[in-house]
Formats: sequence, C-alpha cells, structure tokens
Amino acid sequence: MLEKLEALYQQASQELDGVNTSEALKEWERAYIGRKGAVTLMLRQTGQLPPEQRADFGRRANEIKRLLTEAFAAREALIREQELARSMEEGQIDVTLPGRPVLTGGLHPATQTLREIYAIWAEMGFQVYRSRDVETDEVNFELLNIPPHHPARDMWDTFHTTMPGVILRTHTSPGQIHAMRDYGENGTLPIRVILPGMCYRYEQITARSEIQFNQVEGLAIGRNIRMTDLKGTIAEFARRMFGANRAVRFRASHFPFTEPSMEVDVQCILCGGEGCGVCKYTGWLEIMGCGMVHPVVLRNGGYDPTEWSGFAFGMGPERITMLKHGIEDIRYFWSNDLRFLEQF
Amino acid sequence: MLVPISWLKDYVDIPDSLPVEELAERLTLAGLEVGKIKYIGVPQQQIPGLTQPPSDHLVWDREKLVLGKIVEVKSHPDADRLVLAMVDYGEDALEQCVTGAPNLFDYKDAGPLDPPLWAAFAKEGAEVWDGHSDEPKRMILKGRKIRGIYNKSMVCSEKELGLGDDHTGIILLEPDIVQGFAPGTPLQDVLGDVILDIELTPNLARCWSIVGVAREVAALLGTEMRYPPTDVLMEGQPIAGRVDIEIREPELNPRFMLSLIENVTIKPSPQWMQMRLQKAGMRPINNMVDITNYVMLETGQPLHAFDWDILQRRAKESKAAHPTIITRLPEPGEKLTLLDESVHELDPFNILVTDTAGALSLGGIMGGLESEVQPDSRSILLEAANWNFINIRRTMQARKINSEAGIRFSRGVHPSQAELGLLRATELMRVLGSGVVAEGVVDNYPLPPEPVTVDITAADVVRLTGMDFQPDQIADILRRLQFDVRQEGDTLHVTVPDHRMDIGTGVIGQADLIEEITRIYGYDRIPNTVIHDMLPPQRSNDALTYEEWTRDLLLNAGLREIITYRLTTPEREAQLTPPGAESSLPDAGYVTLANPISQDKTVMRHTLMGGLLATAADNLRHTDRLRLFEVGKVYLLDEGQQLPQEPRRLGMLMTGPRDVGSWDMPPREGMLDFFDLKGVVEALLRGLHISGAAFSPSDHTTFFPGRAASLAVGNEVIGVLGEVHPKVREAFGLSAEQPVMLAEFDLDALLAHANPAHRVRPVPTQPAIYQDIALVVPAQTPAAEVEAVIRRAGGELLEDVRLFDVYTGDPIPPGSKSLAYALTFRAPDRTLKEKQINKLRDRIVKAARHQLGAELRA
Repeated sequence: MLEKLEALYQQASQELDGVNTSEALKEWERAYIGRKGAVTLMLRQTGQLPPEQRADFGRRANEIKRLLTEAFAAREALIREQELARSMEEGQIDVTLPGRPVLTGGLHPATQTLREIYAIWAEMGFQVYRSRDVETDEVNFELLNIPPHHPARDMWDTFHTTMPGVILRTHTSPGQIHAMRDYGENGTLPIRVILPGMCYRYEQITARSEIQFNQVEGLAIGRNIRMTDLKGTIAEFARRMFGANRAVRFRASHFPFTEPSMEVDVQCILCGGEGCGVCKYTGWLEIMGCGMVHPVVLRNGGYDPTEWSGFAFGMGPERITMLKHGIEDIRYFWSNDLRFLEQF
Repeated sequence: MLVPISWLKDYVDIPDSLPVEELAERLTLAGLEVGKIKYIGVPQQQIPGLTQPPSDHLVWDREKLVLGKIVEVKSHPDADRLVLAMVDYGEDALEQCVTGAPNLFDYKDAGPLDPPLWAAFAKEGAEVWDGHSDEPKRMILKGRKIRGIYNKSMVCSEKELGLGDDHTGIILLEPDIVQGFAPGTPLQDVLGDVILDIELTPNLARCWSIVGVAREVAALLGTEMRYPPTDVLMEGQPIAGRVDIEIREPELNPRFMLSLIENVTIKPSPQWMQMRLQKAGMRPINNMVDITNYVMLETGQPLHAFDWDILQRRAKESKAAHPTIITRLPEPGEKLTLLDESVHELDPFNILVTDTAGALSLGGIMGGLESEVQPDSRSILLEAANWNFINIRRTMQARKINSEAGIRFSRGVHPSQAELGLLRATELMRVLGSGVVAEGVVDNYPLPPEPVTVDITAADVVRLTGMDFQPDQIADILRRLQFDVRQEGDTLHVTVPDHRMDIGTGVIGQADLIEEITRIYGYDRIPNTVIHDMLPPQRSNDALTYEEWTRDLLLNAGLREIITYRLTTPEREAQLTPPGAESSLPDAGYVTLANPISQDKTVMRHTLMGGLLATAADNLRHTDRLRLFEVGKVYLLDEGQQLPQEPRRLGMLMTGPRDVGSWDMPPREGMLDFFDLKGVVEALLRGLHISGAAFSPSDHTTFFPGRAASLAVGNEVIGVLGEVHPKVREAFGLSAEQPVMLAEFDLDALLAHANPAHRVRPVPTQPAIYQDIALVVPAQTPAAEVEAVIRRAGGELLEDVRLFDVYTGDPIPPGSKSLAYALTFRAPDRTLKEKQINKLRDRIVKAARHQLGAELRA
C-alpha cells in the first residue's frame, strides 16, 4: 500500500513537471489532488488498513498530498506567468490607429468669446444687463446725445422699420439708458453693468462688414468715477483678454455719448507690434471705443451730471474672435458652415 | 481730408527736427486719425518705436533727379519727332537730352530760350516709373543711342515722376514753383511733398481745412499758427446799391456775403495752385472755380462764384433794377437743375439761393447749371454764406447729393468764417484773374451767434479726470487752442473761439473743455487706477444664467450651436407651412424694414425654424449628419404697442445617420428619428430639473402628421418637436431621402420651470427588486398612458418604470401591441418580500386590464 502510494507520488510529480497549460494543470489537479483524485482517494483508504500501518501511512499520505498541493501551486503560478507573457506578446495593438469618434457638441465661437468677456468683467464687478433689439430712435439716438439729422448720425447706417421712430438698434448703447433708468433708482445708485447684444447696420455684407453683429457695451456710474479709472479698468480687461504683456494705448476719438472719447488699441497679438497684415502694419489693433459718459446721457439716465460721473466702453466679440484666431472673413460667423464651427 | 505738408507749413511752423511720421502719430493720438501717409518723391522715415506700413512710392534720388533748366531746344538731325533739349543741371557743361516731348516742339530751333524752361532732369542711373508701361513699373535710366545720338539723361513727364498719369509731354515747371532754386537742386526739395490723409470724426468740423489742421498742430506742438491774408485791393465801382441780399429764413441761413470782381480773365490756374488742388484730391477747372475750391480747402469756408452778367440779365428779364439774391425755401413744385445736370424736385426744407427770376443754387451744397461760371464769363459775383448744418445734412440725404461744400456745411461752419473766405478768395481772383474788385462787400448777417462762455474750476477737471491739474496748466492748454481764458480766483472764465462750434455751455461745456485739456495733455500720460468708488448693488442675471445652462446641457447632449441671421422674409417663413395648410406659426405681424439692404432680409423673424432648416440645407451639401441648436430672439408685433415682443426661443435640428461607426465597427443602421430628438429634449428637461413635463400628439402643420409632439409643462404649452413635413423639407431644398427632426420651444416659458434648487434623494440603502412585465394593449394606446397607469397602480414602492420593448406581430393579435416594462421596486427602510411584490404586480396588471383593456403577455 505504501509502495503504491510512493509510486503514485512519483508518477504525479513527474506528470506535473510536464504540465504547461492551465487546462492540463486543471486536469492534473482533478486526477491527483481533487476531490476524486488518486491521492485523495488513497488517503481516504487509510481507515481500511490494519491498525498498526495506519499511522505511518496516514502521515505519509498527508505529507504527499501537501507536497503535491504545494508543487501544484508553484506550477500554477509559473503557468500563469507564462500565459500572461504569451498573451502580452500576442496582444499588442497598433496604437497609431485612430480613436473611435466621440460625437460631441460645441458652442458657437461668438458665444465662447461672449462668455470669456462676461467672466472677466464679472470678476471686476460688472454684471450682464440685456435690452431689446428693436428700439426707438429716441433711445438709440436722441437720449444718447444724437439729435435727429445731426451729422454724428453719419457714424451709423441705420435700418429703419415701417413703424415711425422704430429702428433696429445700431449699437448696444441704448442699453445704457435702460440700465440707468432701471437700476439707478432715479439717479441715486451707482451702476456697473455690461450690455451685450445683437446690433444691426445698414451695410453690404462683405468679408469685413456685417449687417448683424454682437456688441458688448460697458457702463460704470458713480459719484467718483474718473478718467484714470476708465484707463485702469480697460487696461486690466485688455491684459486679461489679450495677454499680460500686451501694450495698450488710448487714442482720442469721438462718440456723441461719451466725452472725452477714446479708441483703445492693443499691441498686435499676431506680430507683437512689429507690423503685419492683420494690424495693417501699424503694430496696433483697435479693440474698443470708450469714454466718460456725456453729461446729457447722465441726465437722460436720471443722474445729476454735476454730482455723478461714469465711463462707458464698447467692443465687438466677433472682431475679437477674428483677431484671436486669425479669421479673415466675418461672414463665417452667421453662415454656420460646420467646417468653420467645428474648429471651435 | 488730404493735407499736403507743404501747404500746412504755410500756416503753422513745424520744426525740421520733427519727422512727418511722428507728426502723423501725434495727430492720430489727438483724434485726427491719419489713415494713410502719401509720399511724393521723398523717402519714408523710420522712427524708433513706430510701426509703419511700408510705402511703395518712388523716392527721387537726390543726386540723379534734379531741377533742370532747358536753355535751348534743337532739332534732331535724323528724326522729325525728336528734339534735343539742352539742359543746365548745375554742372559746368550742358547736357543734351533726346526727347520726343511734343510740348518742346514749339521751341525747336528758336535759339537760346529767354525765359528758359524748367524741367525735372533725370541723370543716367536714376530710377523713374516707366512712362510707356500701362502697369506701374520702375526703370533705371541707361545710356543708349536714339536715332544715332547717344543719350544718357532725360527730362521727365508727370507719369515718370509718379506725380500723375500724364505722359503726353514733359512736365514744365512755372517760375512760381522754381523761384529760389538753382539748376541742379534735388527735385525732392522742389516738388517733394508728403500728404496726410486724415479721417475726421463728426465733431472735428473745424479741421476740414488746412488752417483748421494747422490750428491743431500748433496746439499740439506749442508753436505758432498764422491765418491767410485778408487784405484786398478794392478799386472798382462800389458794390453797394448794385446787388442786394434778402434772407427769408435766418435760422437756416444766418449770413450771406457777396463781393464783385469785374473784368477777370478766365484761364487755367497757376501751376502751384493746380498742384495743391490735385494733392488735396480736387480737379483743377479754371482759375475762378479753382480759387473757390482752393480757399474752401484752405479756410474751410465754401464759396460759390456766379456769372455776374447772367445775374444782371436775369434781373433785367424779371424787370428788376439790379440783381437781388434771395435765400428762401422752395415754392410748391419748384425744380432746380444743378451744375452736375441733375434735376431736383425740391423738398419743402431745401434752402435755395434765388434771384428775382428764380432758383440759382441749392444753398450750401451745389450751384445751379444756369448761373455757373463759363469760360467766357467776364465778372464774378462771389458768395460766402452760412447755413444751418442740420438742414444741410438733411437736404443732402434727401436729395442724395454729396459735395465738398455740403460736407463742410453739414458738419458746421461758423458764420464768422464767411468773411475770411470771401476776402481771401476775392483778392486771389483779383490777382490771378487780373480783375478789378468792386469796393466793399455786401454782408447780410441777421443772426450772429451768441459768443459761448464756460466757467470751469480746476476742481471740476480733477473730479472727472482723477488728475491733479493746476489752473495755470488748464489755462495754458486752452489758450494754445485759441480759447480766451480769464482767471478769477478758482474759476476760469473761458470764451470759446468762433471756430469751435462743438463746445456747449454749463456742465456740457465743462465736459467739452475737459476733453480738450486731456486730449492735448495726452491720454497716454494719464495714469491708470482701480475704481475706488462704492461697489454698486450686485445683481445676478438669472435669464442669462439659465440660458447658458441650457446651452451647456445641449452641448453635453452632443448638439452644436449655430447663430443665424435674425432677418428673413415672410416668404421664407411661409415655406414652413405646406401649401394649402393653415400655418401653426405665430400670427403676429412682422417688424418690417423700411430700407432693407437685400431681398432675402426684409423682416425680423418669427421663428428659429427657418434658419435651422436653411443651415441644414447648406451643410448637408458636404456632410450627412447634423445635430444643431440655436438660442435667440424672435420678434412679434404687439397689438397697440410701439415696440414688438422679443421672446427667446430654443430651436433644435437633428438629421442623418444615428451612428458614425469606426474603422473596425461599421455604423449601426438607422437615421436619427423622432425619438433621438425626444431623447435630447428629455435630457434637457432632466438637466433643468423640470418636473411635470408631458408630450402629446401635435397637429402643427410644419411637421409630418402623426410624428410631432407638443411639449407642455403643467398646463402651459412650451413648444413642439417632430419630423419635418416632407413638403416643408422640399421647400428648403432638403433631400427627400433623409428625414429631418426639428423642435422649437419658448425658452422663457421653459426656463420659468427650471429648478436649480431641486431636492436630492438619499442614496438607497435597501436592495431593489426587479420584475419585468409585458402588456398587450390596443395599438393606438399611447405608451405614456400605459406608463401612467403602471405608476399609479405601483404606488410609492414602484421606484422606476422603464419601457424596454415594443412588439407587434405574431403571436400578438393584429390591432394590438406588446409593451414590455422593467419595473424596479424598493422601500426606503426595509427589504421587500417576494409576496409583497407579487401583490403589487397583480395590482398593476389588474389596473391595466380595467383601465386600458390590457392583457398580460404570457
């Protein structure tokens, strides 16, 4: 019986050395040390032996089962290791194949720029105030110090409607009047708002001009708002929008609703001021108009211009987007060709 | 406004040390934006720190292009069409130039010329424009034989120098131009010039003249400026009593002046004047007309020259003793033919210059054809008048006329300028036309403007600028701009000069002055500060926040935002309804443009659907799959209100293959359909935490009947979604092969139900029990109704109901369908038992049977 056991041990050990796959290993396990394996069965026969042989046989049988179990575990680890190595060798992929397409959405570039503008101004305490597109001549012009037939009206080519005195707003500046009357509590509260919105001009649509465009106006009213504040605030915005090291300059200009009035130029973001086609070889890009709120406008907004002052500014998000991304045709914006939009 | 520097220097001292480019930069920063600098012969100078567009003009070499004196013209021995010009160019010997210039032929073989002819002389190696080339082409002058005579130099034409297009002869310089220059002087010094092209904003009316720009330059540089001379030698019979002026509308015509220059010779203007006019962009005509233009460019005062004989004849014909100029509004139906031969039926506000015989000219804008100066006119009645600028602009717009005079008057000219312009021009006409000036002028000045004064203190300036300006500093800057300043204690009493019609009174005048003070001081010298004023009440903009939230949700759902034109046509929007059907779109009126610029943009839109479909049609030419949205306003006329309603809308469009596949997986079959769109809408509703939304069949005529739903929240209809009607699809040029899904919602109404503060349920701690049931119901029973019945019957323990299969066909009897639902049961506080679930399930089946006639599918 003991000889049989030793022979079985020899046989099992030898066979195990020849096992090389996990399937064969499972087979070996079943054959020898499983519930119905030969070694297990032999162990179970211990009780049938004469009493004097039982102790020795039982000890040896248990020992063999332990040894085989250990050898099995070692073999199993080895085979797993080998199989992993093999699968790694066979399982390599071409990582240069394209990824599977993800169907994403996207925001219109004008919206993206507007959000950027909102965020910068919000951090400076300017919140968004929006007003209507179809305006009265009175709010779009007259209350902004632009009387009927005044030569200043040459600055805006206006779409008139068939309703007398009703036009499409030519700029977001009428929002100044709305905001002052809405938020000013009869000229007693300070205001800081930005006024985004769609504006309209009677112009031929070309690569450079559109009949419809966004504008973002800004307005700060207070008892102590000064030109130095205007310059400082706008310069901060320009640095955030166009880069911290960009030079900014202020150039005298004219808008009927501000005085003094200025154009703001930022050093060309493409050539850094060296001169290129985008800045028309001036080194500067015109990015916004601004100025101190005209006393007539303050008065029309309900404020006493001898006590209150303010500044206003206006910029074009599409133009800013064009400068930033080197877009040369403004018509891309509303033509909504996906080959343009998908680049954003 | 074109400003030749040579002309500007007549009226202001510009230091030689200041390059023109730097002057241009100073002007630009001060609000006189120099858009372009044009060079004539002289080089562009590079200024450190100043970026300039490169100029491609011809620079006249100082050595090789010089002033030449032609002392004799000889015939060419072998060619009739060539001559030999003997040129003194400052060297010891004369140079013999072979030239074919016809304007030298008159002098051929006439012996030594006295006076000599002055010309632009180019030596061998000089660079000039090729006179024979149609395209601008440079050439270097090389020596060669011309019909047997070696030639290495040239006398130049206008074209060869880049002065103009004329190449019919050489340019001969008049004595006025070469006075003081010796032969051999670099041509740059004689004819070289720089022209500033200044863009003037409407407030800079005072700068529409050389004198006006000179004034700004003087203020900026702190140098002196001069005015043109106004002395006139008057030796003729006095004008008084020979012509009268009657002004009927002083508001529209505050001043009218006349002078009379008799026995003038009409001929071309001297070369210096013609050159200046050309540099300033005007075409020389004859000396009298040129003088009116020249003086207008110089002083800013437009002038008009009448033929005196014609006026006298008209007076006689109308039985008047002598001409009377009458300015008045037109009589009904009155017409006028202007000198550009345009005929005008006048508007009631068009102010006219007339005489007793009728209309002469459109006041301040353009002269009439009949009384215009003719080549044979003998005497000139010269008008210098003043007109209301608003009325001039209005007239120019109504009559669609543009003129140099009109441009200036429409921006504002002070009546005092009339005298300056009149006297300057009268004297020039006397001198250049060899005429005699009638003694005196006729001056009708019914409405002299009140002088404008503004009181301002340094504190006013400090309050608005934030800078510590001192009274002396303020007074100094204002004086440089010709304001009269009287200091009295803290207050500066400022009297505004006549030419500054842009300065108001009171607090407005103060703002006007502060602009001048800071502009001349230099905006770049004003420091930057952070606002230290009180922070206003901070206000959130919920409408915008929710709108951006909506955009983000749609973006997450894989939709791409478009922004379309808000202008459209009623015809295009009518295409959203199939022919013969009744439109389901808003029936409000349109905001209609009175002056549309193109036929496809005449009204403000009522819906986003047209723009979405048109965008789809455009893009489907190069792609097959679109998932788009737009957020924007529509414009609905509001009965009884002046202004329309401008509600916000949300539109969506989806079309094309649902799946795109990849290199190892073919795309799954199927086109985006109603349920893809509805899925996006549901995701949006979930994202906005809108509860109580319901979809029900819609009969909106834009859509495929039976494939559209209206969305309601509570009792409020929010919008519509569905598959576009095939006829609408066709009308927008979309393929018949590919269904298009479209939706439009009232964004304001939708967002009113959004709930950013939605309640959050605790994460469950108890296990759920899942059960599937399939119910067979009549085919027409809406799935939503079945789900509602299940939910009601399931009660609180039924956590979720999900439809996972819809089946018709064997063994389901015809006219029925099977709906299979996955039910999730859960109690928040205990583990449910099988028995409880079976009871609930039975209750659901029973309710479905009773309420829907449903059978449990075996």
